[in-house]
Amino acid sequence: MTQSLSHLKESASQTAGPYVHIGLTPNFADIKGVYPADLGTAMVDEKTKGERITVTGRIFDGSGTPIRDALVEIWQADAAGLYNSPSETRGSADLHFTGWGRAPTDMETGYYRFETIKPGRVPFRDGRLMAPHVTFWIAARGINLALSTRMYFGDEEKANAEDPVLARIEHRNRVPSLIATREGSTFTFDIYLQGDKETVFFDI
Amino acid sequence: MTDRRPNRAPETGSFFQRDPLWHPPAFAPGYKSTVLRSPRKAPISLDNTISEITGPVFGHSMLGDLDDDMIHNFAKPGESAIGPRIIVYGRVLDERGKGVAGALVEVWQANAGGRYRHKRDGYLAALDPNFGGCGRTITDEDGNYAFRTIQPGAYPWPNGPNEWRPQHIHFSIFGHGFAQRLITQMYFEGDPLIWKCPIVRTIPDKAAIDGLIALLDMNATIPMDARAYKFDIVLRGRRSTMFENRLEGN
Ligand SMILES: [Fe+2]
Repeated sequence: MTQSLSHLKESASQTAGPYVHIGLTPNFADIKGVYPADLGTAMVDEKTKGERITVTGRIFDGSGTPIRDALVEIWQADAAGLYNSPSETRGSADLHFTGWGRAPTDMETGYYRFETIKPGRVPFRDGRLMAPHVTFWIAARGINLALSTRMYFGDEEKANAEDPVLARIEHRNRVPSLIATREGSTFTFDIYLQGDKETVFFDI
Repeated sequence: MTDRRPNRAPETGSFFQRDPLWHPPAFAPGYKSTVLRSPRKAPISLDNTISEITGPVFGHSMLGDLDDDMIHNFAKPGESAIGPRIIVYGRVLDERGKGVAGALVEVWQANAGGRYRHKRDGYLAALDPNFGGCGRTITDEDGNYAFRTIQPGAYPWPNGPNEWRPQHIHFSIFGHGFAQRLITQMYFEGDPLIWKCPIVRTIPDKAAIDGLIALLDMNATIPMDARAYKFDIVLRGRRSTMFENRLEGN
């Protein structure tokens, strides 16, 4: 008999199902009066530092149809490159920026939308700076374990070119799947679950 | 979101790798919705960076008095939801067995007849005017949580001509890092539909399914009021930073 590591196993994931909005964005699902507002709808206030941007897009299934029952969450650094988290040990993040957003995809059009700021750069494990990015987490009916990916910014060509995570992607023609296109103050980041344009997802 | 978790120094280690043979695969054709929604290319492995080991914090101050009471949080004053009254309680732990303090636990479910309050749910079972179907709570310093609800009903769904979901409660959990984010479902001990369900059966390992089945706990049951079900949730464990490659040059 050997000793035991006595580690527990993570609870197995299950799909969020078609009614995820009841639990996570009940006001959006017309369940009013339980919570004053849906969590994660306001990332910024009037005092938030940084360039105001909109991040929007759709999530396409393998038939090319936008998914209209998904839930998207994002997590990002503030304008100075600090996370609003107790595990951020490099300094204090902007108290007027939550860093975390949650949005449903529109039940008709499939668009998600976040009003946020452009994040600063944060270091990779070895201290090199990563390009500005936003972490995405996607849950929906038919997705058994929520998908993780990153959005990079199309107007950061130089930073993107030296980003150590993007550099890890062997098939270089897949890198553009992670780069949002800029038009005015709006960045569009479409996500493809399958097909030629399949988005790079990360096993984090 | 600015409350600090009490009495804990923040941890900064990366998370234990997920076990792909334990979680359901993305493509699980018995559950038809996965067919067009499953990425087909291999995910790229990414050692946790600061973007993954950090995560938002939710303070107890954001909670309303009835957030953890689904019997009453949507009911008219003096009324309550219809159905078997239950308490669901347990701990949020990580794979090291440590309680996860300050974890936001959000839940949603069908009513006692198996009907969701959602415009896309066309099941003919009646809506309960006093049941909304959402609740939330935040774990205490040891990772404990509890909420009150009614036992949800089983319901039919169109995956096959005669497919029924076992009674279940959906759970969404935030731990201390965004990479610990987890959505799962809680099932009830003894429900024969569990082992027939295509969504349950996306999970390849029977032990992993057993880990999602809550047990009736007569010792936590409140006599003449509500039965109790115990449901522990395990999030990814975290490495000690002592022996880990440094995240940055400090
Ligand atoms: Fe459900």
